[in-house]
Amino acid sequence: MSESDSEARALVAGHGDFAAGLVSAVGQITGRGDAFVTLSNRDMSAADVERAMREQVDARGLDVIFTDLPAGSCTMAARRLQRERPGVVLVTGTNLAALLDFVFHTDVPAGEAAQHAAEKGRASLVVTGGAPGGH
Amino acid sequence: MAIELFRIDDRLIHGQVVVGWGQPLDLTFIVLVDDEVASSEWEQELYRMGVPPEMTVHFQNVEDAAKSLPQYQADARPGIVLVGDIDTMRRFVAAANGSVQHVNVGGVHHAPGRTGRLRYVFLTSAEEQGLRDIEALGAEVSAQDVPSARSVSLDEMLSAVPDV
Repeated sequence: MSESDSEARALVAGHGDFAAGLVSAVGQITGRGDAFVTLSNRDMSAADVERAMREQVDARGLDVIFTDLPAGSCTMAARRLQRERPGVVLVTGTNLAALLDFVFHTDVPAGEAAQHAAEKGRASLVVTGGAPGGH
Repeated sequence: MAIELFRIDDRLIHGQVVVGWGQPLDLTFIVLVDDEVASSEWEQELYRMGVPPEMTVHFQNVEDAAKSLPQYQADARPGIVLVGDIDTMRRFVAAANGSVQHVNVGGVHHAPGRTGRLRYVFLTSAEEQGLRDIEALGAEVSAQDVPSARSVSLDEMLSAVPDV
């Protein structure tokens, strides 16, 4: 969980320290790490992940969830949650660029900001260097 | 043999399966054996969305999966049989009638009534007996969550200090 939950607008969930690490980086860069609450699936069953996610989302009225892997148990839990709450927006394959973009779009609803953040995150993946056919 | 792994994992399709085992084993298909999922289009769609497009998921109940096992084993491509609980694997191994030689315990997480044996394995006494039954049916049982981890035999697993 982030240091302060009062301004949380989204949940970041994933394997190991994925969520805490990304949110820590957001905090270091922007000072806006409190835009997120975090969840790790470490050593949790699928049912436990879903329960923990539901509690976080309900307690704070969140409607945006960022996760890591499309196949991950956090993503599966979020999709189950979406079945009951179609208004929840899920972004998978989350990266730092996406979260940084999200925290600066406070003038639009969180779901809309998440859509924009996903585009930003996708565009941030760039490969440079390496000779053609090189090793 | 095309089936590289017979795995018990209560998360079913998730990162460790699709990436952790999927990449090194070059898995091209998953046989997800679960009576409930096999009867729910919605559940099947949920799990299909979690795998890369080049990976196929077959959803079957225990009986149908056991009947289809020879076909899967004759497939030249590597695959995995995945179940969500020990009793399902016990029934599958029994129905497969000697075709399963090894069972991997990949994740049975904490729940009321279970005792911790490994970081990722918590068992009730009935589940411990279920694993012994699987070995009695001729399939060696070991625990290993990811390929780089040490494989832990059933005897070692059940003699581990609780809640380690």
